[in-house]
Amino acid sequence: MASTETTADAAPGSGSGSGKDSDDLAGLEAGLDALESVQTGRPPLRQVLVEKVLPPVVAVALVLVVWQLLVWAEVTPTYKLPAPSAVWEELRQSWLQGTLHEYIWTSVSRGLLGFLLALVIGTPLGLLVARVRIVRAALGPILSGLQSLPSVAWVPPAVIWLGLEPSVMYAVILLGAVPSIANGLVSGIDQVPPLFLRAGRTLGATGLKGTWHIVMPASLPGYVAGLKQGWAFSWRSLMAAEIIAKAPDMGTGLGQLLEAGRTNSSMSQVFFAIVLILIVGIAIDLLIFSPLERWVLRSRGLLVNR
Amino acid sequence: MATALAKAADSVIAVEHAARIEHVSKSFAGPAGQQLVLDDISLDVAPGEFVTLLGASGCGKSTLLNLVAGLDRPSAGSITTDGRPALMFQEHALFPWLTAGKNVELALKLRGVPKNERRERAEALLELVRLKGAYGKRVHELSGGMRQRVAMARALAQESKLLLMDEPFAALDAITRDVLHDELTRIWSETKLSVLFVTHNVREAVRLAERVVLLSSRPGRVAREWTVGIPQPRRIEDTAVAELSVEITEELRKEIRRHGQH
Repeated sequence: MASTETTADAAPGSGSGSGKDSDDLAGLEAGLDALESVQTGRPPLRQVLVEKVLPPVVAVALVLVVWQLLVWAEVTPTYKLPAPSAVWEELRQSWLQGTLHEYIWTSVSRGLLGFLLALVIGTPLGLLVARVRIVRAALGPILSGLQSLPSVAWVPPAVIWLGLEPSVMYAVILLGAVPSIANGLVSGIDQVPPLFLRAGRTLGATGLKGTWHIVMPASLPGYVAGLKQGWAFSWRSLMAAEIIAKAPDMGTGLGQLLEAGRTNSSMSQVFFAIVLILIVGIAIDLLIFSPLERWVLRSRGLLVNR
Repeated sequence: MATALAKAADSVIAVEHAARIEHVSKSFAGPAGQQLVLDDISLDVAPGEFVTLLGASGCGKSTLLNLVAGLDRPSAGSITTDGRPALMFQEHALFPWLTAGKNVELALKLRGVPKNERRERAEALLELVRLKGAYGKRVHELSGGMRQRVAMARALAQESKLLLMDEPFAALDAITRDVLHDELTRIWSETKLSVLFVTHNVREAVRLAERVVLLSSRPGRVAREWTVGIPQPRRIEDTAVAELSVEITEELRKEIRRHGQH
């Protein structure tokens, strides 16, 4: 136990060879280290603005311009294609009436809560499938199959089983997101280099310790990719459920808003709802999942500034 | 009482050998039935001894090291080591989700070192490999030579009596490798570790070892041994190192030629 300290105390060149030799070596080594180390830093803010922020803003502006041109050219009647200004007016009204944040919060809170439930179920499930051979043989194909099944297919049975209750939303979200999250973790674990596992074993990380200290952190990039996809699936499933399953006591989320626009023949309301659904989806990804993914990749040197 | 006796018996063995390999054979299931990779290898590593295992490809030297590390079991024979050996690979095998310092600390943690001691010890170990400022550095920010030194610090953190090294410098450029040879010699003489070092580089073997063990190939057998009497610190360009290297290389070539004859 004490040997580390004693050897470390003796470290700077007082060991076997002459002091001069050791100093030479230290100098040589410091030179090599300096020559070969890579300097990594973040790009300056201006560069980020020009390269990352400007292009999407321009793209959105172009879409709006084309949209407005189509309206001016009267390609279709306005009940089929409302003007951007009409959609803006919907938004303004909704904001003034105070209903905007209500619509958004109803859906977002359902989406995030459902996603967290999916995370709690999907993570141990993925771990079991990845690590226990018989579980993988049994459940692996089913999970992959479920991932390709559109979760909207679950809405009718969920309504029959659970009635027109908010629990329908959560059931559909879980069925959509759990397979994505579990599969993401499985592929993350499958891609862990065997060298890490061997290195872990020689350090004494076996069994649960190995899972906690080596397998889980090593599979984090795949896991985060799975989470990101899991969120996309959660959000999509929720919208499908909200559009189909309407009842007075289920509140008004964005899906219900969209469906109400259709029944009112208000195309500007339909567009308004679609735009909101899109914006929320993008915002959650930009605020939560993309930074998480970039942080994971950057800290491992896997993110070249691109 | 019985356990105390067993412990005493253990430490008697420990004094005699850091590792004892007795009549070890290993075969793997191959396309042409069972393939014998190691054939009746016996080899002892004394405490504090530096032994290199030298051989051409296919001599099973890495297989043997895995057996000693306990990552695999021999098909026949027995291997006893004094505690779990530390192992260094050709690749640094550092965990990229941890900083250099935390990599070392993980080894301490898995060994049960209390939390409040870990940081200090990790820093001391990094200082031992002359990477004092590298504690908070990410693995990808370090050069190849620095990574191997962190890997060495992590291996030393295990405080094993035996350090196994599987061609740890093979992927480095010549200058860096040279420096790491000096570094390894220094650390070995300071820590009184036993080292079992695998390489296919004859000069490296002679530069580092007190004893060079040449393995024949397919199956691996101990072909010959040399005791290297040249005093440390040596240099890889020393005439004495070169002369012994020539002799060993000649023997290695003979071994390799045998395989072309049938």
